[in-house]
Amino acid sequence: MRHYTRPTIDREVNPYTPEPARIVRKYDLTDDVRFFQIRFRDMDRALSFNYKPGQFMMFSIAGVGEAPFSISSTPSRPGLLEFCIRRVGKVTNALFSLKENDIIGIRGPYGNGFPVEKMEGRDLIIVVGGLGAAPLRSLLLYALDNRDHFGKLYFLYGAKSPKDMLFREEFLALRDRDDLECLLSVDKDEEGNWPCYTGVVTTLFDHIKDIDPENTVATVCGPPVMYKYVIDELLKLDIPKHQIFMTLERRMKCGIGKCGNCAIGYVYTCIEGPVFTYWDVIHMKELI
Amino acid sequence: MKVLKMKKEDRDKFLRAMMQVGELWAPVKQGNETRLRYRKIEDPSIIGDKFNRPILPLKKFLYPPKLPMFKFSEERYEAEIGNVPMRIIFGVTPCDIHAMLIMDETFMEHYPDPYYIERREKTIIIGHSCEPDEYCMCKSMGTHYIEEGFDLAMSDLGDFYLVWIGSSKGHDLTRLVPELFDENIKDSDIKKYVEWRRKRDASFEKVFDFTGIPDIMELSYYSPIWEELGEKCLSCGSCVMVCPTCNCFNVMDELTLSPEVKGERVRYWTTCLFIEHALVAGGHNFRGKRAERVRQFYIHKLQAFGAEFGSPACVGCGRCVVTCPVNINVWEVVGKLKGKEAYI
Repeated sequence: MRHYTRPTIDREVNPYTPEPARIVRKYDLTDDVRFFQIRFRDMDRALSFNYKPGQFMMFSIAGVGEAPFSISSTPSRPGLLEFCIRRVGKVTNALFSLKENDIIGIRGPYGNGFPVEKMEGRDLIIVVGGLGAAPLRSLLLYALDNRDHFGKLYFLYGAKSPKDMLFREEFLALRDRDDLECLLSVDKDEEGNWPCYTGVVTTLFDHIKDIDPENTVATVCGPPVMYKYVIDELLKLDIPKHQIFMTLERRMKCGIGKCGNCAIGYVYTCIEGPVFTYWDVIHMKELI
Repeated sequence: MKVLKMKKEDRDKFLRAMMQVGELWAPVKQGNETRLRYRKIEDPSIIGDKFNRPILPLKKFLYPPKLPMFKFSEERYEAEIGNVPMRIIFGVTPCDIHAMLIMDETFMEHYPDPYYIERREKTIIIGHSCEPDEYCMCKSMGTHYIEEGFDLAMSDLGDFYLVWIGSSKGHDLTRLVPELFDENIKDSDIKKYVEWRRKRDASFEKVFDFTGIPDIMELSYYSPIWEELGEKCLSCGSCVMVCPTCNCFNVMDELTLSPEVKGERVRYWTTCLFIEHALVAGGHNFRGKRAERVRQFYIHKLQAFGAEFGSPACVGCGRCVVTCPVNINVWEVVGKLKGKEAYI
């Protein structure tokens, strides 16, 4: 009887299968945050792989497990994927013990990402606190690579101290460009040679001038305590609630809306997030 | 839908004929057990004719408590697909079939899950009419009858069964032993069925009015009832284990004892009542309080699925009522939210 033959499931489409990828380069950004450049071992896959700023990948280390990480590179520079990863748990500990040229498993991209098509043509304010640079560097680089698609561009980054600022040299160099306002601040400058601002990230808002709020989008990522203060500042600038985007963190085991760990009420962060608007935050409880 | 008749005494002949197609499983009690459990059947005559909820629902076949996903060695992952036996599950109650249809949406829509699909395709569902007890809430949930989701469904009308054919596969099964089936359904049979329905519908002891629950839950987000329930809840997760629509899982790598990196990536059932469910690396817990976790369970069960799929994810099987050691269940929660007028 035909019906009882074994169903055929294409192994190629198993969404849980990690794909082999090589650690091309790694170096420390801070005491506990490391930068990883990763490339799919299959070169065709590496070059054709596309994603959106704000999306994430699942990393897999056989025998240790899987964990989600934001992509820090931009799809406008294909071939290599970049991540900045803090050593904080089981998977990251294992990842930190790996060397250049070692192979790991990756799968993705997952999540909604930033709606870049809808952001184009507008002024863009990117606000980062601490490790929030991981997902927002992707958007920043994307905007810089497509500079003529955006209006005014502000990049505000607050870190605890100069040595805690991720991509410090890269961002310091951006200050020389005249097509964006790169505002970098540290809470404390103990050595006294920090060339930019001191104070929390919200103090940088004084430098934002002459934006058209209706035509501005803002993105925020940082430690949970930061959101309230930054959002207050953005609302003071009259930026509409649904034009303020933030990207959130949750525990995830699948990345594809099955395992339930990232559920917030009925919203699966991995599918409907991790990028939400401030309106979503008011509308749905527990987001931040 | 095609409907046939089968004599009561022919049931076991039919079940035996089906055993050539795959393993036969049915809910049975053994020894002095008081509750049904799905077991693999060698001799169909041990299957009783009174059906009710087994301890674990149908999900244990489609989405087992421990599911091997990959065999890995270094960075090679070999999917563990293709070794699931063909199984015929007999005696599935309407509530569990409704639950499976909800599970289908979770696992078979965007990013289809190959592990679930394989088991789903290799599971033949034979539904059976059931006798409600004091814990059944299916009438309140509108899940006490089924229209789809089965290959065959049998209504026990005393001396004969009505056999509803739900799929082409089910139709093939009846053709294994065509002599047992009668196509000729008479007026008197229909009357008998109508009478059976009337009696069964009247036999539900408790019914509640579920309407408005999603809205009331939205309004009750800050209600003290969650603190009250959180005080009582043991975070044991038993409600999730037995709930036919709960699907949360954790993924773990299990190493074999060997000098190389070798092992299995396995999925386990987990629950939103466990403290680590919303815990992220670095130690931040988004639902560190028990009250928040109980609320999450009920929001997802009673409110959220309404938004996602148009109906709540509770099918009224009553397992949480039977299982929870401190009496937190859908009855309790709906009662607390709506007050006494919930019960009609």
